[in-house]
Amino acid sequence: MTRRQLIPIAILLLVACALPLVVSNYRVFQFNLVLVYAIALLGLNILTGYNGQISLGHGAFYAIGAYCAAILMDKYGVPYWATLPVAAVVCLVVGFLFGLPALRLEGLYLALATFALGVSLPHLLKYHHLEKWTGGVQGIVIAKPDPPFGLPINADQWLYYFTLAVAILMFLLAWNLLRGRVGRALVAIRDNHIATEAMGVNNAMFKSLAFGVSAMYTGVAGALGAIAIQYVAPDSFNIFVSIVFLVGIVIGGLASISGAIYGALFIQFVPNIADEISKAAPWAIFGIFLIGFVYLMPMGIAGAVRMGLARLQRKAQNK
Amino acid sequence: MDAFLHQVLAGLATGGIYASLALALVMIYQSTHLVNFAQGEMAMFATYFAWSLINAGVPYWPAFFLTVIFAFVLGVVIERVVIRPVENAPVLAVVVVFIALLVILNSVTGWIFSYTIKTFPSPFPAEPIFGKYMSAHEAGAIGVTLVVLTLLYLFFRYTPLGLAMRAAAQNPDSARLVGIRVGWMLALGWGLAAAIGGIAGMMVAPIVYLDPNMMGGILLYAFAAALVGGIDSPGGAVLGGFMVGVLENVLGAFVIGNELKLVVALVLIIGVLTVKPSGFFGKVFVTRV
Amino acid sequence: MAALLEVADMHAAYGPTRVLHGISFSMQEGTITTLLGANGAGKTTTLRALCAMVKTRGEIRFAGQRIDGRATEDIVRLGVAHVPDGRGTFVNLTTEENLRLGAYVRKDRGGIDADLERVFGYFPRLKERRAQQAGTLSGGEQQMLAVSRALMLRPRLMLLDEPSFGLAPLIVKELFGILRTVNQKEKVSMLVVEQNAAMALDLADHAYLIETGRVVLSGTAADIKRDDNVRRSYLGY
Repeated sequence: MTRRQLIPIAILLLVACALPLVVSNYRVFQFNLVLVYAIALLGLNILTGYNGQISLGHGAFYAIGAYCAAILMDKYGVPYWATLPVAAVVCLVVGFLFGLPALRLEGLYLALATFALGVSLPHLLKYHHLEKWTGGVQGIVIAKPDPPFGLPINADQWLYYFTLAVAILMFLLAWNLLRGRVGRALVAIRDNHIATEAMGVNNAMFKSLAFGVSAMYTGVAGALGAIAIQYVAPDSFNIFVSIVFLVGIVIGGLASISGAIYGALFIQFVPNIADEISKAAPWAIFGIFLIGFVYLMPMGIAGAVRMGLARLQRKAQNK
Repeated sequence: MDAFLHQVLAGLATGGIYASLALALVMIYQSTHLVNFAQGEMAMFATYFAWSLINAGVPYWPAFFLTVIFAFVLGVVIERVVIRPVENAPVLAVVVVFIALLVILNSVTGWIFSYTIKTFPSPFPAEPIFGKYMSAHEAGAIGVTLVVLTLLYLFFRYTPLGLAMRAAAQNPDSARLVGIRVGWMLALGWGLAAAIGGIAGMMVAPIVYLDPNMMGGILLYAFAAALVGGIDSPGGAVLGGFMVGVLENVLGAFVIGNELKLVVALVLIIGVLTVKPSGFFGKVFVTRV
Repeated sequence: MAALLEVADMHAAYGPTRVLHGISFSMQEGTITTLLGANGAGKTTTLRALCAMVKTRGEIRFAGQRIDGRATEDIVRLGVAHVPDGRGTFVNLTTEENLRLGAYVRKDRGGIDADLERVFGYFPRLKERRAQQAGTLSGGEQQMLAVSRALMLRPRLMLLDEPSFGLAPLIVKELFGILRTVNQKEKVSMLVVEQNAAMALDLADHAYLIETGRVVLSGTAADIKRDDNVRRSYLGY
């Protein structure tokens, strides 16, 4: 990374660290969710933005991660931080397994299959035979973890820092993965999978792995989300969660790591503001923004930022 | 045996609704190679229109026909205004636009009509007619479905406009060379699909009650039906619809319980897509490199 | 007498690839004109440009009216029928449905039925196969179908793109014979793109030779046939 790129990132990190110390507890909770969504969106972006596999069902992986955390904490007394690796592995495996039959599906058909997954998952969660684990329709309530080592911050602030640390780790991981050979392969497969196959790239492995890794990210986000909200229930993981994630990456910017952050800010705060107008308003706004962005700003906010910066650079050079 | 027969017949009734929606999906797929994710919401919106007419005192059948016209116009407008600009855009853009449409229709309905569940009247008498096997509404729904499907078949097979629409869907370039306005044929197709969806919505609303989210599960069954029958085969879609309806009911009542019925749709969809993507009656497509 | 078709300085491109570099030619009503040239010379593109299936610059006049810039569907309604390269058959529809589609823009029911019989008169084999799916017809039959579909429009001008392609010589002779008849009896003007120069020159009244997007030679078919030099250097026989 160049020095020029490091500066805004350093500033961002500074702001992120200072945030809980200056805003109210409720805001800390909201920003915590922003971080959670950013991780989830990064996951979806790896699959859809970089690798071109459309998923309308990522809410399912988010739900699986959330329920992993909730069941482990509630039924087995596992500490909150230990649920993350479990959620990660479970979702990695489930995602990879789903990715296998998905190999044969392109574009619309894959969208259709993942749409079906997203619509039917809540019903699976409500299934009465699984009730003793999933808590059925009522769901599971979990306790908020306390800050460790008696640190002089409250539980919400601690949770925020914990999520921030995980987010930084996962973003670094993704950045490393995507700028190297793997990232290039994913994008090449997206742009011309017949050519990559002919060139000897193992399409199947990359595509299934992309699914697995993407699911893993979203699953970890789900676990973090469950811990923050302290509650999981089947109806909070319906198809609209998957759709919100789609909104996030389209608006934030496809095939962009910073896009995940812009998108997360959008999907967290726009509904809060829009809710004032009416219960239906947030979704109407999402829909209008979606169409608007597809027609006018297909590269998302990240793309617009990039173009704006490039234009500023050119102006500075021309002087 | 009684219970089984009842489930089968009820399955045929809901199957007719799936068949109608599946047919609408296939019609749009045949002409544009696009899957209309918003088909369910369009049907739901039309049904709410019917409800508001009936609520305002309009008798059932006039409201029914006005709604069919409304849905038709809605479909045409959506195709011309929303879909046309992205007809040749990359797949993701198209999917996003469809999802946006779904979301907008859903939320606008909730805004105008609120989210409280409403009842929707049935034009058929309340007493069961075939003893305990089937309610009059279920029989009526099957009847309406069959009438609509027959009319559509006759339209496409025997009218010049129907022929032109089939031609435009199969080979738009050649269609232009004989003077067919392909763009308007597409819009008409959307109008018809929306109208069929509206009829399906009005038939199903008395059973599942009117609520902005009522079509989600039904749309999934319609997808499954369309895929099972072959996404580019109208006959297959209809057959698939009835099959899925019966399968859903029978499995739900006797094998897996009602809660997992939607998972059946999921399994069907993934199963068909992985094992036989062209469905029972569809054609296999080969991509040229 | 004003020409039926006048093309002036027509340029055409597929995206960034320019194919036609200022083509100019004209046709009188009632004649058969052929466009000759090697593969890739731009003959098919010329026909497609006339029907607005490709973006063009330049003037195209049909019966005195400007048609450049108008939509394909409108040009058809002026009486221009295009028999495309590859025949453009509606393979999943029956032979009869294909033919009726040719008359889509016409309103005269009785006339359409009469024309159907007339076309069956020219091509009895199509009558035998009228209820068959068009995709199951042989190559020659599909070519007859394509020509017949164009005739169902009662066009003033027929554009034919390589009608002899992939057909046995005997069938081509039969087909061209019918084209000649149609031209004489029904006064349908024809613009025929062909690679088979010999047969085309037998059929046509006038000829233009196109090379890399430009007209390099023009004249009556008889003159060109007689000119040994031209035949050997440009037409290869």
